[in-house]
Amino acid sequence: MSAHIVPVKTYAAIFIALLVLTALTTAVAFVDLGPLNTVVALTIAVIKMLLVILFFMHVKYSSGLTRIVIIAGFFFLAILVSLTLADEFTRGWTPNPGAWSMIAPFLRDLF
Amino acid sequence: MAEMAAHGAHPEGFAHQFEDMEQQREADSLGMWVFLVTEIMFFGGLFATYIIYRSLYLPSFEIGSRLLNVKFGAANTAVLIGSSLTMALAIHAAQAGKKKSEQVMYLVLTMILGAAFLFLKFNFEWRADYAEHLIPGFGFIIRPEWGGAGSHVPMFFCFYFFMTGLHALHMIIGFGILSVLTVMASRGRFNSEYYAPLEVSGLYWHFVDIVWIFLFPLLYLIGGRYVMGGH
Repeated sequence: MSAHIVPVKTYAAIFIALLVLTALTTAVAFVDLGPLNTVVALTIAVIKMLLVILFFMHVKYSSGLTRIVIIAGFFFLAILVSLTLADEFTRGWTPNPGAWSMIAPFLRDLF
Repeated sequence: MAEMAAHGAHPEGFAHQFEDMEQQREADSLGMWVFLVTEIMFFGGLFATYIIYRSLYLPSFEIGSRLLNVKFGAANTAVLIGSSLTMALAIHAAQAGKKKSEQVMYLVLTMILGAAFLFLKFNFEWRADYAEHLIPGFGFIIRPEWGGAGSHVPMFFCFYFFMTGLHALHMIIGFGILSVLTVMASRGRFNSEYYAPLEVSGLYWHFVDIVWIFLFPLLYLIGGRYVMGGH
């Protein structure tokens, strides 16, 4: 029992799909869709990423353990991004502290 | 596979702590994926910061984005996708028990495409940026036509050079890995049972490709390019 061998035909099809999606995302950038431009660009990027991960990186044929590790990785990335953004965009009510020298005047000589 | 685990009967490259080659292959790619998860977090911090500052200084980031050359960006995306294909084919050649010359050919093609990416990036894009005074710290000039948004255009270019620079560094490291693989392949070290170095290096190479798949739209495409037409 050896590893699953992906046929060359599949690799070629994925390659062509990735090139078509690249051309598509570039073309769409020149059309004014308002906020949808960002949504379309990132959706196409996610589709391209999934094609690369599933076929070029053989995850479609990998074990459940490997998949759990990958999904956990993206889950932690989601925590990193969403909590950082949540903090940043709800901070308006917190007064912005001044420079160190204003908080502690005796530090002024040091800086 | 039981007979394969018996001493003396195991294939080349088989480590004794594993039950069989199947289990060894799974451990190899699992370990590589654990490393790639740390890489996802490594680039993720940069992406999160980019999202925040882009939303804070959107007009400046859009001006900066439109100053990038989308033709080189798109061409480089295609080049990198091509290098991912040749990398996958190099692994396929080993898996399918093809001659070592075929593995070497695909590895060399991958290196050529990787070098082409770096050549386009450094020799055309970055050099033009330098000539146009768009590199912060190297004579950056804020142009009057940018108006009030001009003061934060250098920030976009800091992100641009850090993100593409870090990506380029990964490509250069990948280039080094590929050179070692080429030597190993030319010595006939890989066969249909044992090709772990090819497989895990391929995972790394494809990961670097995925980083670019996101950098391309984030840096080049979503800056309201339709405002100015073609570049």
